[in-house]
Amino acid sequence: MEDNTKINDKIEIKNLDLFYGQFQALNAISMTIKPKLITALIGPSGCGKSTLLRCLNRMNDLIRGVRITGQVMLDGKDIYNSGMEITELRKKVGMVFQRPNPFPLSIYDNVVYGLRVAGIKGKNQLDEIAEMSLKSAWLWDQLKDKLHHPALPLPLDQQQRLCIARLLAVKPEVILMDEPCSALDPISTSKIEDLMHELKKDYTIIIVTHNMQQASRVSDYTAFYYIGNLIEFADTKKIFTAPDKKQTEDYISGRFG
Amino acid sequence: MRISPKYTQIVAITILGAATVFTVAILIFIIIFVLEKGLPILSFNFLFTNPTDMGRSGGILPILIGTVLLPVLAIIVAAPLGIGTSVYLVEFTHESRITRLIRFGTDCLAGVPSIIFGLFGFIFFVTILGMGWSIMSGGLSLAFMILPTIIRTSEEAIRSVPKAYREVSFSLGASRWQTVRKVVLPNALPGVVTGVVLGVGRSIEETAVVIFTAGSSLLIPTSLFDSTRTMAVHFYILAREGLSMDNAYGTAASLIIAVLIVNLSAYWMMHRFIARRN
Repeated sequence: MEDNTKINDKIEIKNLDLFYGQFQALNAISMTIKPKLITALIGPSGCGKSTLLRCLNRMNDLIRGVRITGQVMLDGKDIYNSGMEITELRKKVGMVFQRPNPFPLSIYDNVVYGLRVAGIKGKNQLDEIAEMSLKSAWLWDQLKDKLHHPALPLPLDQQQRLCIARLLAVKPEVILMDEPCSALDPISTSKIEDLMHELKKDYTIIIVTHNMQQASRVSDYTAFYYIGNLIEFADTKKIFTAPDKKQTEDYISGRFG
Repeated sequence: MRISPKYTQIVAITILGAATVFTVAILIFIIIFVLEKGLPILSFNFLFTNPTDMGRSGGILPILIGTVLLPVLAIIVAAPLGIGTSVYLVEFTHESRITRLIRFGTDCLAGVPSIIFGLFGFIFFVTILGMGWSIMSGGLSLAFMILPTIIRTSEEAIRSVPKAYREVSFSLGASRWQTVRKVVLPNALPGVVTGVVLGVGRSIEETAVVIFTAGSSLLIPTSLFDSTRTMAVHFYILAREGLSMDNAYGTAASLIIAVLIVNLSAYWMMHRFIARRN
């Protein structure tokens, strides 16, 4: 871990507290996310890992009664306090959701949704980005002949990769993945994991997962959360072989959670 | 002694089935009764000639025109207002005392007898604003009458669009308005259209409001400030004053067919829309 400190941090979370009304869901979280690596957030249900993920693109703003204190620095700028346009932030920090959620539109219209929203109209440009995005999500060969077919009848793993393609089209810098494989079977899961390896060449990825094997397979760093606290954050190898904290060891060895 | 579920089940199915058969039979009876008396009267001539002798003889051309104009005006006014209100309530406000109050208000308005809207229209549009008995007064009063229905049905339709669609849209950098326009409204459209069609249906059938606010002139209207008469009103006057039961049934049959056409075309439009999207 020490070797990497020279690389600028992509995201730095400083002393972040989050409250749902009176209930404190996150306690003084501080951690840093390295660029172009995969960071996994693990922990039992309700530990706050998804909530933390949703702080990073301010999706929690949509929920009423959420209060956040502390800072989240993206490339050194506080996303909660720098006059950053929230729509701009979300273009930089994209999200892949738990359930594949393509719009009930054609495959093509799904992929270019974010571009159209951003005001890009030129057909050539849209076509070009759509092709690139589908290629990056390994869907081009299967889908290039049915771009104008509806997206909903696609199998779930293609739907999920379509959602990834839709996200790549807006050229994000950070990709947040909220249990992206929990609705998928093991073969589809491994396809997504392979894809993640490929994507990390260009993107910073943060993944929330319930699946500890998945965390150990795909991530470079792993953070273990328990009841709103960051218990341990280190190199994935270290977390899974020689964790410092007893709680971490108990969790990864399946003694609770 | 306990009756076996096998028998209670049979009894339940019998009662429920009988209720259904009874309801459907009554509806079909009414429709057949009216059509049987009215269809022989209906003809191209009946629809497209002027009435003579107060409607005792002749056709219903001006009434046909009035029956088209009033609901069209009502929808032009009520649909944007109603859909706009429901979008605002669902997408741009949080649930609060005020939104609950607005919702309670619309529910109450939806239950107010139409004659109250007629009276309101008479006092406000006809008298205070000096629009007289006219298509304008009638259309605006009908618009107010169907507004609650449109608001509530579109609100339900908008609310039932999956939350995930909104989240994805926001996460791709869309604003709330872009999300509403590109994701929420297209997906809510079938429900919204249903509400609007219900509104069209109610305003075509409405009698009390129209008598109070649009009057009952038998002349072909030449401006929005002319009085007019709708089929429902025509039917009411012909039957009530004993002018001509034959023409009354002819008008009733045209009204039923008109409502049928409105509903069928709405269903057809909706199916085409859904088919096009998928």
